[in-house]
Parts: sequence; structure tokens; C-alpha cells
Amino acid sequence: MKKTVFSITAFAISAAMLVGCGGAKKEGGKKGALSGSNAEKVYVAPGEHDEFYAFISGGFSGQLAVYGLPSGRLFKVIPIFSQDAEKAYGYNEETKPMLETSYGFVPWDDAHHPDLSQTKGEIDGRWCFINGNNTPRIARVDLKTFETAEILEIPNSAGNHSSSFVTENTEYVVAGTRFSVPVPQRDMPISEYKGNFKGALSFISVGNEGEMDLSFQILMPGFDYDLAHPGRGASHGWFFFTTYNSEEANSLLEVNASQNDKDFIAAINWKKAEEYIAAGKFTTVPAEYAHNVYSDRTHSATSTMKKEVRVLNPADCPGLVYFLPTPKSPHGCDVDPSGEYIVGNGKLSANLTVHSFTKMLDAIKNEKFDGEAYGIPILKFEDVLAGTVVQPGLGPLHTEFDDKGNAYTTFFISSEVVKWKLGTWEVLDRKPTYYSVGHLMIPGGNSQKPWGKYLVAMNKITKDRYLPTGPELCQSAQLYDISGDKMELLSDFPTIGEPHYAAACPADLIAPNQTKIYKLEDNQHPYVAKSEKETKVVREGNVVHVYMTMIRSHFAPDNIEGIKVGDKVYFHVTNLEQDYDVPHGFAMIGANNSELLIMPGQTETLFWEPKQVGVWPMYCTDFCSALHQEMQGYVRVSPAGSSTALSWSLDGE
Amino acid sequence: MKTSKIIMIVAALLPTALFFLPMWTIQLSAPQYPEPLGMEIFITKIAGEKDGDLQNINLMNHYVGMKEIPEHIPEFEFFPWIVGGMIVLGVVFGLIGNRLLFLLWFWIASILGCLGMYDFYQWEYDYGTSLDPKAAIKFMDEAGQLITYQPPLIGTQTILNFEATSLPAIGAYILFLGMALSIVAYWVGRYEAGHKFPPL
Repeated sequence: MKKTVFSITAFAISAAMLVGCGGAKKEGGKKGALSGSNAEKVYVAPGEHDEFYAFISGGFSGQLAVYGLPSGRLFKVIPIFSQDAEKAYGYNEETKPMLETSYGFVPWDDAHHPDLSQTKGEIDGRWCFINGNNTPRIARVDLKTFETAEILEIPNSAGNHSSSFVTENTEYVVAGTRFSVPVPQRDMPISEYKGNFKGALSFISVGNEGEMDLSFQILMPGFDYDLAHPGRGASHGWFFFTTYNSEEANSLLEVNASQNDKDFIAAINWKKAEEYIAAGKFTTVPAEYAHNVYSDRTHSATSTMKKEVRVLNPADCPGLVYFLPTPKSPHGCDVDPSGEYIVGNGKLSANLTVHSFTKMLDAIKNEKFDGEAYGIPILKFEDVLAGTVVQPGLGPLHTEFDDKGNAYTTFFISSEVVKWKLGTWEVLDRKPTYYSVGHLMIPGGNSQKPWGKYLVAMNKITKDRYLPTGPELCQSAQLYDISGDKMELLSDFPTIGEPHYAAACPADLIAPNQTKIYKLEDNQHPYVAKSEKETKVVREGNVVHVYMTMIRSHFAPDNIEGIKVGDKVYFHVTNLEQDYDVPHGFAMIGANNSELLIMPGQTETLFWEPKQVGVWPMYCTDFCSALHQEMQGYVRVSPAGSSTALSWSLDGE
Repeated sequence: MKTSKIIMIVAALLPTALFFLPMWTIQLSAPQYPEPLGMEIFITKIAGEKDGDLQNINLMNHYVGMKEIPEHIPEFEFFPWIVGGMIVLGVVFGLIGNRLLFLLWFWIASILGCLGMYDFYQWEYDYGTSLDPKAAIKFMDEAGQLITYQPPLIGTQTILNFEATSLPAIGAYILFLGMALSIVAYWVGRYEAGHKFPPL
């Protein structure tokens, strides 16, 4: 009955929109408006929840955006690789170590490919991984708290693009380099690239609590390693990477890396790699890379510098790597849910190439080689080819799969999504995208169990899809219903940064596990004050530590005197609340960083250097309660060398 | 042993539950609290239904000047003795087996129950009406009188943005069952003594 009412309401709303709009201009829009059921499909009634969580990369914002599907509503932007003044991420003392690298503090990155953890080939809703492309890093987001829990820098890598993809039991999260570079880095002529530069593929083990450790790297020839996906089912134990620039050009790549008729998909047998590691066939090379871990107990992050990495050289490890010739400069490297088909999306090719894992094993067994490259056997194209989707569109980039044996490929140049059949390679349907689609995502797409209900296309060009906002426009995603024979465009929704890949899963894998508050009794922050009685102000030379608490609707203490110009003041602020969704904010006039936004039971620290004599206010920034505006206080700043005694109080006590 | 004695002893032992289970519960829901805040009253303590509930009720109430929910009240000292005494008394009456003593136990329990409710009402009255004169929020009714916040003794009542519901909890229901059983024991005793049909 409830559903019926909602359906009728939705129909009425869509009908009203149709009348109100007077007919939409564009094809996609017109169809959506004419078909009332499309509005109904994306309508999530007030107070109701979406069916899926979608984690959509924030691209060059460095962050990760969390949306609901089918509504396309934005719930949270999780700061990962970039500072976020709203949440004090990278600004407060606790999270600054998260952005430490071997290059020092790097407050930005280019986030690309989120992937969700899996157990037995199915998404398990524990963690979301995402790569930083520019200063190579892999981050892990804890899906109990939706906070960045860990960031691991990747040494010997540059343009960490073929990342981050997990194996089917989250044994590894895998990261490949886009740029090949001298390994180890050294001063040498760029023109001597060929044969000297190397491409590192990194296998990061993931522990039971999610902890990441760079287990080993495979040092590949100096190609560009573009994208990757794991084998699954029968092909579990293998990993597949697309390559381009097998020409090993070091300049004007748009021409010089587009000469070879075929580049390669590199098939890595990582089970074999584990055997070689166990047999001691690796070399340990010096490296410097940061490992940053955030603790929900201390509410603080630590950064440690790691000093070496184990490296495997494919030429010394027979059976570790094979090359599958793939036309032409393949971009996406996608493995179907059964693990049998490996799709190479040759972005400059007219056709779509699909390799067969069974045929690949057979070719390896019978040594059907077509030469080798740097000691790596090249399999014969014809012997590994499963089939070709003939002339499906222009500029294929990425393929995802549903649970009915269909594949969906994006075409950047012809700006469309094409649905085709695995095995028969026939094209079943095509729908335009608006405009120039990059990645696409089907919930569970990188797993054995996709939920073939929705498809999200992430477009590179927005142009006229929304109200204009000056020269810089939002990015645009489009939601398609793929439950029927034909795809149907349901809605457009704006996205942040430039979303590359995304990952999604049913909400019930994640929603029931949410942390609602941090228990105050479990707080192990070194500067916590667990009650107003424990608040104090401590001076150590010119460093002042303020142990402060906040609760509806006051700070304790809220009057502080005896601070002097030139002091270095640390406000360690604990939110004493133990109630769901009652954060408090903390802002200090003239602070050269950000606010604090502190969750119940959490402690965060704001650093403040008072520069001027006076009495300076602080206040709560989050409208916490009826008396939020009263939640304020003062700090008296005396001249350097003044004899004002250190004192603090709340209501005169 | 006679059935009536067994029933009486069981009846007397049932209130043991009060040492483990709450006897009363007050729930507060509001638009901002779709999942209600709740306090549970035991014979030895007042506890939150969930972690943090007591603190959150206190936080809400301090704006209108209500006192904090006490961690300790004198009743916690002697309630356990009264309940314990009633259990011992009931078991002794059961062993003696005189059915009039069963009735006596029922009446003592009823009187003590009423006294307990009166005590509870007194506390609620004080809790809802003794307000801090420095309270941040003071609401007046139409007659210009300061609004008070006494929760209902039993049932549901709207207090500002909160809907307060006060009801017996599982411990009280077990006590009621024990009291009802003592009446059953009395009837069965009569039947065993040769009265053919228990009178109404």
C-alpha cells in the first residue's frame, strides 16, 4: 500500500514536470520525461534509503564521493589525498601524518580507481581502496567509519594508474605504474629511456584488519601500464594489466606510442610470484616510502618511513609473466564474472578484443610463443583470442558486466555505451552518453557477482547538461536501467572532481555496520580530557597545551588567560557527547589552518599561534543545539614577557 | 507437597527477577530522536536503555533547568531488602501452607506496590517541577505559569518536543504474575480443602 502511494506520488511529480518543462530539448531528456516510470525508478521518497552505496572517485579533487543509487544523492565526500578544511583532514595535528610521503607533506593527489574489498569473489563491504595517481599512494577507507584508515606510498612507481584493484579474497590490492622510470631513480639522459626504464607492478598484501604491506614488486619492461583487473574463479591467482607505449617512446607519445599494431596485456601469475618469493628468488632493494596509519583509539595517525622492497625480475622467473598481444594501445583491462574472458579495450582500434583464459593456459602449456620481450614470452594472438566484437563504436575504453552474460563497453569518441553478448560477441543495444564517457560502473562490476540493475556512466564532458556555472562545470554521471533487454537512461547527476572509476554494492552490506559514536571510555588520545574535571591548561616553555572539552552547549574551559604573543598553543578538544549525530565544531579567530569538526567521543587538536595582544573569541561551528550560538569563549593574549598568570575557568569555577 | 504450596512458593520466588530486570521504563522520543532515548528503573539503579541515554536525557533536560537523573537515591538502599523480605515471607507462607497467609502475602505486596508507585510519583513530581531558576529556557503556559515537565505516572504524554511514555517493564510484569499466582494458590488451597468451586 505504501509503495503504491509512493508510486502514484512519483507519477504525479513526473507528470507535473512534463507539463512544467513544456517538453525537454534533448533526446535523453525527452525520453526520460515522457516515460513516467523513469522518474519513479530514481525517486527515493523522503526518509527512505537508496538501494546501493556508490563510491565515485573524486578525481583531481583527491577525494572519494559517496552517493546513493538510484537517487544520485551525494552523502559524503571522504577526504583521502587532499586536505579538507571542513573536516580538518590534513590540518589538525592528528591527521597531518596521513599526507606524509617520501617527498614530505603532499596535500593533494589525483584519485582514480576505487575498489571494494572481497571475500570469495564477492564484495564484503569492509573497505574501499583508492589510488593516488600523482605521488603514488594507495589508501584504504574503513567502511565502518567512512574515514581514511591507512595510506601506503608506492616506491619505484610514477603515475600510479593501473591501481587499485583487489584480488578475490582481498589477498592483495594491486598497483601498477603508468610511467616507467629509472629504477632506482638516478640522473641519466631521458633519451636513453629504451631498455633502461622499468615499470613496477606492486602487490600489497592486506591483513585481517585491513593493514597494508608492500609484499613485492615485479619489475617489468619500460612500457606504460594503464589499467588492470584480477582473475577470478578459474583465473584466480592471475592479474591482467594493459600496456601501451610498447614502443618505449619518451617524447610526443601521442604519435610515437601509437605506432605498434599491437601492444600487450600482461598476464601475471601472482601465485607463481608467491612461490618465487618463498624460494628466495627476489632481490631486496633500497627504497623510501611512507606508511601512514590512523587509529580510532588514539584518534591520531602515525607515519613511518619504510626502507626496502622485495623485487622480482620476470626474466629470472619463468612462468611469472606472459604477454597477450592486443590491438591498439588498450586502455581498460576487464575480466568477466566467470574469469574466462579478458577484454582489452584497444582505444585506437575499431574492434574490441577478447582473450580467453582457457586458451591462454593452453598456449602457455604448448609454448605457442611469438617471440619474447625482455625475456617475457609473447603468446600468439590467434591462439589466445576468444573473439572480437566487430566495429561496436569508436574509442573503446572500459567494459563492465552484468549477471546475465552481457558486457557493456564505453566508447569515448562516439560517446555511447554498447551492450554486447559474451561468447557470441554480437552487439545487442547502444545508448548515447552525454558526453564522451570514460569509465562505467555496474554494482559489483569487479567481482564474481555483479548486480545487473543499474549502470553508471561517468562522462568527461558536461557542456550543456546542467545550468551553466561559468567556464568551469561540474562533471556528469548518468544512470541507466540495465535490468531489461534494452538499456534505459534514467537520470543525470553531477559529480565532484573528475570521477574515473567507481565501485558500488547493496547498502545492506555496509549500512548495518556503521559506527555511530566513538566510546569516550575507549579514547586513548594522549591529550584527552574525559570529563570537565580533567580539563586544564599546561605551559611547557612557550608551548601551551589546552585540554578542553565540549558538550551541549559550552566549552570547558571557556575563559583562558595567561597566553602570550609568540606562544604555540595546542587546543586538544574532546567532544564529550555520546549521542548519534552530535558533532561539535571549534574555530579560533586568526588560526592559520582550519576549523575542527569533532565527532562524539573524539579528540582533535588545533594549533594556534597568537600574534596580537587582545582578547580573542572561539566558538562552535556546527549548529549543535538550541543554545549553539551561546557556545563560545575567550582567550586573553598578553604581550610576550607579560606576567599574567595562566588561568582557566568555566562559569567562574 | 500440596499443589497450592508449590504454586505459592513459585509465586514468592518470581519477584527475584527484580534484582536483574527493570521494573519501570520511561521512553522519550522526538523528531530529532527517531530512535527514542530511554531510562530503565531497577530496584538498585537507574540505567539508560542504551549507552549514553542517561547523559543525553540529562543534556536535553538541563536546558529547561531539570535536575540530573540521580545516580543514587535512598530507595536503592532499602528496596532490595523489601523485595528480599517479601520473597522470604512468601516462601515461609508457602511452606506453612495456610491459604489465608497466601492472601495476606498478596495484600502486603499490593500495599507495598502502591507505596512504591506513590514514591515514584513523588520523585517524578520533584524531577519535573523543581527547576533551576537560572534555566536557559523557560516556557510559560497560557495562564502565564511556568511550564513543568513531570513525566506521566503511566501512559504517554507530550512534553514540548518530546513524547514521554512511562510503562511497567518486564520485572514489574513478573512481579504481577507472582501476585496473581498467590491468588491462584489461594484458590487451589480452597479446592484442596474440599470447597468444590472457588467462589468469585
